[in-house]
Amino acid sequence: MTDIQDKKLTEFDDNDQHPVGFGRMLRKEDARLLRGRGRFVDDVQLPGMLHLAILRSPFAHANIVSIDTSAAEASPGVKAVVTGETLKGLGLAWMPTLSNDVQAVLATDRVRFQGQEVAFVVAEDRYQARDALELIDVEYDVLEPVVDVRKALDPDAPVIRTDLEGKTDNHVFDWETGDEEETNRVFASADVIVKEDIVYPRVHPAPMETCGSVADFDPVEGRLRLWSTTQAPHAHRTLYAIVAGIPEHKIQVIAPDIGGGFGNKVPIYPGYVHSIVGSIVTGKPVKWMEDRSENLISTGFARDYIMRAEIAATAEGRILAIRTNVLADHGAFNGTAAPVKYPAGFFGVFTGSYDIQAAHCKMTAVYTNKAPGGVAYACSFRITEAVYLVERIVDALAYELRMDPAELRLKNFIQPEQFPYTTKTGWVYDSGNYEPTMRLAMEMAGYEELRKEQELKRARGELMGIGISFFTEAVGAGPRKNMDILGLGMADGCELRVHPTGKAVVRLSVKTQGQGHETTFAQIIAEELGIPPADIDVLHGDTDNTPFGLGTYGSRSTPVSGAAAALVARKVRDKAKLIASAMLEVSVADLDWVKGAFQVKGDPGRSVTIQEIAFRAHGAGDLPDGVEGGLEAQICYNPSNLTYPHGAYICVVDIDPGTAEVKVRRFIAVDDCGTRINPMIIEGQVHGGLTDGVGMALMEMISFDEDGNCLGASLMDYLIPTALEVPDWETGYTVTPSPHHPIGAKGIGESATVGSPPAIVNAVVDALKPFGIRHADMPLTPSRVWDAMRGQATPPI
Amino acid sequence: MQVPAPFEYERATSVDQAIGLLERLGSSARLVAGGHSLLPMMKLRLANFEYLIDINDLHAELGYIRLSDDEVRIGAMTRHRELLESDVLAGVFPIFRDAEKVIADPIVRNRGTLGGSLCQADPSEDLSAVCTTLDASCVIRGPGGSERVVTMEEFHVGPYETAVADNEILTEVRIPRKTFRVGSAYAKVERRAGDWAVVSAGAAVWLDQGRIVDARVGLAAVGPNTTGIPEISAALRGHEPDESLFELAGAIAARSCEPVTDTRGSADYKRHLADELTRRTLRKAVERARS
Ligand SMILES: Cc1cc2nc3c(=O)[nH]c(=O)nc-3n(C[C@H](O)[C@H](O)[C@H](O)COP(=O)(O)OP(=O)(O)OC[C@H]3O[C@@H](n4cnc5c(N)ncnc54)[C@H](O)[C@@H]3O)c2cc1C
Repeated sequence: MTDIQDKKLTEFDDNDQHPVGFGRMLRKEDARLLRGRGRFVDDVQLPGMLHLAILRSPFAHANIVSIDTSAAEASPGVKAVVTGETLKGLGLAWMPTLSNDVQAVLATDRVRFQGQEVAFVVAEDRYQARDALELIDVEYDVLEPVVDVRKALDPDAPVIRTDLEGKTDNHVFDWETGDEEETNRVFASADVIVKEDIVYPRVHPAPMETCGSVADFDPVEGRLRLWSTTQAPHAHRTLYAIVAGIPEHKIQVIAPDIGGGFGNKVPIYPGYVHSIVGSIVTGKPVKWMEDRSENLISTGFARDYIMRAEIAATAEGRILAIRTNVLADHGAFNGTAAPVKYPAGFFGVFTGSYDIQAAHCKMTAVYTNKAPGGVAYACSFRITEAVYLVERIVDALAYELRMDPAELRLKNFIQPEQFPYTTKTGWVYDSGNYEPTMRLAMEMAGYEELRKEQELKRARGELMGIGISFFTEAVGAGPRKNMDILGLGMADGCELRVHPTGKAVVRLSVKTQGQGHETTFAQIIAEELGIPPADIDVLHGDTDNTPFGLGTYGSRSTPVSGAAAALVARKVRDKAKLIASAMLEVSVADLDWVKGAFQVKGDPGRSVTIQEIAFRAHGAGDLPDGVEGGLEAQICYNPSNLTYPHGAYICVVDIDPGTAEVKVRRFIAVDDCGTRINPMIIEGQVHGGLTDGVGMALMEMISFDEDGNCLGASLMDYLIPTALEVPDWETGYTVTPSPHHPIGAKGIGESATVGSPPAIVNAVVDALKPFGIRHADMPLTPSRVWDAMRGQATPPI
Repeated sequence: MQVPAPFEYERATSVDQAIGLLERLGSSARLVAGGHSLLPMMKLRLANFEYLIDINDLHAELGYIRLSDDEVRIGAMTRHRELLESDVLAGVFPIFRDAEKVIADPIVRNRGTLGGSLCQADPSEDLSAVCTTLDASCVIRGPGGSERVVTMEEFHVGPYETAVADNEILTEVRIPRKTFRVGSAYAKVERRAGDWAVVSAGAAVWLDQGRIVDARVGLAAVGPNTTGIPEISAALRGHEPDESLFELAGAIAARSCEPVTDTRGSADYKRHLADELTRRTLRKAVERARS
């Protein structure tokens, strides 16, 4: 058992500085969440509500011969039993995925992964629904499954997607970026080439709250209300309209409090559609809430990339080029959540933070008999894989060159004057200043002393490792000219209304799942208008009373919606200025804005506050010509580019040479996300992401046996880290504002999840240097570390 | 929501009444103590029983740690938490506290019991390894007040199988005390706090005039049941403890166990851990016996 150090509570004393704008303040939503007043989907209770349970396939690959539902239908309390055949009759057996593939709502012909939805029961209570599942008799004809992704394209591999006309193999797509010829040329002339096969195993977002929905279809009004665990309520509404044929204005999607998303709640799952069908069929509200095992085996996974990485450099350590070949496992249906023109998400940023001459990537994606997905999991659309790839291979290069990995990175950074910097794969990094971030992390870590300590320990046979990662992310999707999801441009709306007494409500198109939107967005408005955050309510999640937009994932809320909030507040301020000029009887040009008030230039005694202006906007008396009453505005923000946060992470591990257990002793994270709105929230996001990183690096993996059975079907089998596996995080920051974002902010939500796994793995590999180890794949469980120590490291798949 | 299949539920008011119920209901009934092994299995529908007989009200009767000169008696309903916190127990057999620190988490420890742990007979279960190490015996009560006492070897019949019949209850565990200096220790390798053991080992050493009069090692998660290894006891008895002896014991442990490869680790690694942890716990046990 790890002993928990006494945490000095005084460390948190400065967390509430009551800023009117940016600064540390406690989260407005926390009182509700901490006191049990949160309202989650499973808290929704409607009169006459029925409950839904899903029968899932026990096999990874099988034909459905027959389904007998008669005993289930006769079971106490059961109102409906629905199979794929029923849905086929309604034209609802299949639905589009986020990547223009289709996915079965209920299997008709065949099951294609273990856990796939086969039938559902609606009953008076959840126990009756669950018990009735046992009474459904399904006869399966079991087929050979495709489990090993490397064999998916073998000529004799069973074809999984027989539903797709003319499909004769398991190929999903090929994708390429960069310049192959130029890259080969640079490689051919390089002094040093290092090659490594790197696996990023399949992991699962495993949010604390599983997925679920309550559908309430009113047959009289033809109106559907749907409470659901969604990170993107507006996009979902549009998709339901398209799939179910219900007019969009008759659909209200409500995402209430959400207990963690991490990308898991971006897709539309069959279960949501089941609850809608269930409500239409029974005429009653229907609740579906999946259990933990269902969440782990059937909902969107993440990663599952097998990457061959190659790096070319001069003997002095100048990185010249990077190339990679990727085999991507997309499961049974391609459900990747990414802008449609980016089938591999933003993996193209695999060139990292380095100024290189050439780069090339070739990727092949395949179907296997595993759960569909390929969603985020805090990955900023595959940037997690890209950063892991480059930061691992750069470390392997340092190993070969016998160079310090910090020095190698410092030597190759893109320089501050090179921004905006266009990478060899076509990404335009907006701003960055890498060296100070790196130096700060090294200073906080005491890097030189750590290396000395390591040397002493190595002499004594102790295993200590120091791992570095330096990442650049591309977040805030995205410019509508080239980014959309199923045709919906990735812009976001924002509406702001200031009430007569100067309190305000701001309505967002994005939706928090724990990121603290209700605080951060109030602070953005506060900064622009000088209204205290406590006086600003943030509404989000309900499509009936928020503007359209694509939701929260890929660290996009602050880059996109945050910009919208700042700009909508400026619009309100512009109008307030007109009213102020009338109130003060001076021309607009004679007014100065001092946060919260307009002041007559040169006469600070004469001013009106935003609250006074708000009252006047709604009050008696004429307003200046052409100015309407009220004080409100709305906007739809289309970002001109992504934002590119960066960070330097240093991890220190100790490995027990006898048992091969890895202990993360220290972790230093210096993040640069541009302008910092609420540093406490930023740190919270970083802490969470770093913990995620420890999980992925050391223990998490969704694995399958040879029959395609998922071996991670419970939290006893799929391990996520606890407080005892993580050190006291040491965070720091630098600030390089985004030049195109109205307040200079960049995304932070996923930085730590992206940046920490390579730091931890690099530290473990560094600790194992005495054994001549250059690479070992995640998850670095004691058993796998022990294998590595004996030179027997194997890929996890 | 993971829910078990329907079952009937009754709270027992005394040991004999519980036995009466078991006798009447036969194999369709199960006792529930802490419920932390039984209920997860029922929720996953790996186990379905028609009746549950809740024995938590018997904690007053079966929850105790009693120390006498020649033995320690622990009631079957004693909770993990009570074992963890008992200074009396830690004073004589610190192996209990070592083990309890790494069993599950506080929530599970608040409810889970010694009796439930032993009766679950999971091959990775830690308290069985502790009891095996300490040469404990189990008191089993049946209909009509009948009582029998079995050794740990007799108690464990196979994985998830014990000597306790359908109409019987485990009431007490007895651990002999010998007049010699004793030291004991427990070590576990887990992938994460609260996880079941990859491998764990317990060791107890009794010293007389600096020589080992008896030594025992119990391993968990490396075979169908927690295993005592008599060959180690035989090899250590009569010797003065030193590193080479621990090494020998470790080697015996490694070759005497039967681990399998699973998601917790490879069989080779587990064998290695059996060796490593045997050495570590013996070293610690001797150190404690000497101090
Ligand atoms: C998350 C989690 C992690 C865990 N980690 C560990 C771990 O690391 N190490 C470890 O050793 N254990 C671990 N456990 C198991 C835990 O210690 C259980 O509490 C224990 O195994 C069973 O005790 P119980 O009282 O809960 O038994 P129950 O679940 O109530 O019963 C288990 C079985 O024993 C029977 N039974 C119970 N009492 C008696 C009796 N007096 N007589 C006859 N039969 C009886 C029951 O009928 C049932 O078949 C973990 C459990 C959980 C949920």
